Amino acid sequence: MTTSELILPAMASVTRVDTVGVEERVGRFQTRSIKRDSKVTALKLALSMIDLTTLEGRDTDGKVRQLCYKARHLHDALPDIPHVAAICVYPTLVGVARRALEGSRINVASVATAFPSGQSSKKVKIDDTRFAVSEGADEVDMVISRGAFLEGEYAAVFDEIAEVKGACGEARLKVILETGELGTLDNVRRASVLAMHAGADFIKTSTGKVEPAATMPVSFVMLQAIRDYFYATGRMVGMKPAGGIARAKQSWHYLVMLRETLGQAWMTSDWFRFGASRLANDILMQIAKERDGVYQSIDYFSMD
Amino acid sequence: MAKSRQPRAKSSRMRTTRRRSVASPSADRGNGRRRLPVNKTYKIYIGGKFPRTESGHYYELKSSEGTTLANVCRCTKKDLRDAVQAARAAQPAWAAATAFNRGQILYRVAEMLEGRKPQFADELQWIGHTRQASINEVELAIDRCVYYAGWADKYQQVFSSVNPVASAHFNFSIYEPTGVVGIVAPEDSALLGLVSSLVPAIVGGNTALVIAAAERPLCAVTFAEVLHASDVPGGVVNVLTAPAGELLPHLAGHMDVNAVVYCGDAASDIRDLQACAAGNVKRAILRGGSDWSSETAQGPYEILETQEVKTTWHPIGT
Amino acid sequence: MASKLTFDTDWTYAPAPEGTANVKLEKRYGLFINGRFTEPKSGKYFRTISPSTEKKLADVADAGPDDVDRAVKAARRAYDTVWSKMKPSERGKYIFRIARIVQERSREFAVIESMDGGKPIRESRDVDVPLAAAHFFYYAGWADKLDYAFPGKSPRALGVAGQVIPWNFPLLMAAWKIAPALATGNTVVLKPAETTPLTALKLAEVIAEADLPPGVVNIVTGAGETGAALVNHPGINKIAFTGSTAVGKKIQSDLAGTGKKFTLELGGKAANIVFEDAPIDQAVEGIINAIFFNQGHVCCAGSRLLVQESIATSLVQKLKDRMETLIVGDPLDKNTDVGAINSRMQLKKIEYYLKLGREEGADMYQPACTLPEKGFWCRPTLFDHASQSHRIVQEEIFGPVLTIQTFRTAEEAIEKANNTPFGLSGGVWTDKGAKIFEMTSRLRAGVIWANTFNKFDPGSPFGGYKESGLGREGGMHGLLPYLSLN
Repeated sequence: MTTSELILPAMASVTRVDTVGVEERVGRFQTRSIKRDSKVTALKLALSMIDLTTLEGRDTDGKVRQLCYKARHLHDALPDIPHVAAICVYPTLVGVARRALEGSRINVASVATAFPSGQSSKKVKIDDTRFAVSEGADEVDMVISRGAFLEGEYAAVFDEIAEVKGACGEARLKVILETGELGTLDNVRRASVLAMHAGADFIKTSTGKVEPAATMPVSFVMLQAIRDYFYATGRMVGMKPAGGIARAKQSWHYLVMLRETLGQAWMTSDWFRFGASRLANDILMQIAKERDGVYQSIDYFSMD
Repeated sequence: MAKSRQPRAKSSRMRTTRRRSVASPSADRGNGRRRLPVNKTYKIYIGGKFPRTESGHYYELKSSEGTTLANVCRCTKKDLRDAVQAARAAQPAWAAATAFNRGQILYRVAEMLEGRKPQFADELQWIGHTRQASINEVELAIDRCVYYAGWADKYQQVFSSVNPVASAHFNFSIYEPTGVVGIVAPEDSALLGLVSSLVPAIVGGNTALVIAAAERPLCAVTFAEVLHASDVPGGVVNVLTAPAGELLPHLAGHMDVNAVVYCGDAASDIRDLQACAAGNVKRAILRGGSDWSSETAQGPYEILETQEVKTTWHPIGT
Repeated sequence: MASKLTFDTDWTYAPAPEGTANVKLEKRYGLFINGRFTEPKSGKYFRTISPSTEKKLADVADAGPDDVDRAVKAARRAYDTVWSKMKPSERGKYIFRIARIVQERSREFAVIESMDGGKPIRESRDVDVPLAAAHFFYYAGWADKLDYAFPGKSPRALGVAGQVIPWNFPLLMAAWKIAPALATGNTVVLKPAETTPLTALKLAEVIAEADLPPGVVNIVTGAGETGAALVNHPGINKIAFTGSTAVGKKIQSDLAGTGKKFTLELGGKAANIVFEDAPIDQAVEGIINAIFFNQGHVCCAGSRLLVQESIATSLVQKLKDRMETLIVGDPLDKNTDVGAINSRMQLKKIEYYLKLGREEGADMYQPACTLPEKGFWCRPTLFDHASQSHRIVQEEIFGPVLTIQTFRTAEEAIEKANNTPFGLSGGVWTDKGAKIFEMTSRLRAGVIWANTFNKFDPGSPFGGYKESGLGREGGMHGLLPYLSLN
């Protein structure tokens, strides 16, 4: 898809969202009872969808190498544990991760575009993206300009996404809406539509630096936007809730929501990711509990 | 002048079938020539018009002395059908009128009634009331109209509710008219009973068809003329006359009548009415035995009897 | 729309049945009269089965006229000697007690409700039982405040209330009936539906546990004849009936001339109107809840979808996709969305309408779900391109069957929505505030849900216009049917 084919839809015509209705539906997902085999399957699927993330100013090569090892060997004491989908780091650490993940099928994702605030010039953002890709990023997680979006400068936001997409080359572009700053579910829906039409391969809730980060209602609205975009264009767009998902139980709630909103085609790490740093261990503890029948302690799981 | 139309004045020497106005003594202009008064034909009131009954038949209305007061329209089920149609057609607009507007119109009715007081008093006297009792009844009827005119924009405020539900919804209940109401006027109170049973129904946005008291229908027809002159839209009130009981089964069974206010006290009528009402789950409201002259015969609960409660839910969220 | 989602996923939910081990059911239930279970004078019993397995759950007494008479007399005695003399605040405390015990025993109630009636445990657990407890709690507080509900009047209890309830919300309807009756100072004889008597009988246990004076609440089980005996018993002052319009009319007719006060909560055929400017995805979910909640065995179900023509195609697509994700099956499974049809008789009626709908030319759609072999089941169904003159559009099916019609203008939507003898409920979906008020005020129905559907609350009055019934239940308005204001 080239930039010239992209058309910004009228934001005013984007369907409205009723918060109470969304919360009711989300409540239904959360009361799904996931037991036994079904739970283990879901937990392993969730592990395989994790973008194991470290996005700290204090990150070092060593920290990233440790994380990459964890990504490949989540918990060797348990059999049949999948590896995560990707490692997510700052652009300067992409090279380190690339080398540490050599020979694995784990992708390297890099945040870019003046993450997390996005408060820089478009030129800097494009350069940031190009740098990440040149370092070997398979995926780029960009942030939208929330200020511009909230001011109604939709075209500017749209163009920026489209240009970043152009700068990504072969890398897949995840567009972070930073829903915690968008204020309403109506805005979440509009931003989702805007990002997809601008060429996003994935839409992503949050940077993890703003509260609230990913929530079920926000993610549900984004999944519904993805579904409508698919109905209309036939193009699949991926979804990545990020931040705030630390418990195994939450992960299967999300998978229930995914299953009942988008169905089979999206139930893979190609189309769904969890942006998380602590989630993996909680899932591992649950898998161990299902195997051993006893509740687990974090002392038995590595905290990288 | 008021006395002039009293039929009993010369009834002693008139044949009892003579009509009342022929008997008027004071048509004597003083110049030795008697003026022949112009009698009113008591017609019925449907859809804002005063037609005769479709049947062409009549029944004789006698005074307390046995003179013929009027050949009253003997309405049939076809007139009833027409009246229901007229009431149904008028209902949405009447219900949609503002409460303030309905209140003003009903107050206007009271004003018109006040101006026509002697006429009603005459009609009451013809059927045997004393002059004073007649005037009292007309005055009470006027005051009752004023009373209900005042309720028009208040009963909703007093009785509606915002209901605190245990979810993120705004929930409120309001009153709406039940629709078309049939009023079987009391036999014992030609004007006050009629006003007391009819007005609470229409103040709340219902339209009505009245089956006037069979033996005392004149005030009902004259009251229709008052309504007609008072900005009450055509069809809001329709007045039929017929011998007692002839229309009731057709009213009770009519599938497009939402409620019947029955002011009689005949046990068999009540049973038949309630049984027929089941055909369309009609609301059958019994007001027999009311002391119409008492203040207990008026109140907001009388309005609510022909109202439906509508409850509306809406989410609260951004 | 060429792009198709598939919901036949590799990952599925394992069975998650709610346990039945902690549920106590007797093999046989007598009649709850004068504070204890007694053998029926009729000597007859009938079976109550689980509609999902067709297995017998218990034998239940079939009350004859003598039994009804005993119950009415017990209620009268309790009214005369105890209940009418009790301080209202004390009366209220008994009702609070009932509310609390129902809450304490909530899971047991939920499980039995799903076993006996076929509704999903998710609903009995999250809707029926909590709402039933809430109803008792709400009305308990009214007992000593009745004067405030009717300014200028001094309300008085009527005496003995006879109450006949349906099979779609067995416990909840019992609560809807009993709670306001007791709060207003009446005593009660209640007849549960013959296919779902068990939770009412468990409620009798609760009433005994709450130490309510004997005879204040009596529960007599049986079929239509028992109900008729109760309705026609001369010792009754007030009848409250919830059920079909046909039976309601019969009751109204039977009560003619008796002077008994009555309320009727009858059938419906609610229009659910969706405008192009609605929050579409919430509307889709609302449509699903409106018609598939409790297998569509809901008098206020949104069984007629009226959708603005400009969005009809995409909305129907979304509806079909959503229907694919509905889980039909074992009512006790926590993931079940649509349970068993309540009885073989009801299933036959629904199947009759499915056949009729196809004959009338509407386009039937059902998701590809597998149904259990035993029991009474019906797939969620929609009929697209239905028209106002189709009987499936006019008549209450009382099952998981939705008809779809389109409209162009608000005027047309109102006309179609109101073109029915019923008037219980209605739905409107639009984001435009002024339009909401225009529509909700012009719909001729007692309960209107705007941008939501099938919500219930003890404080919210419920009841219909026209042939959907007479009188209100719930809220302050629900007190009036049990009181004399004169």
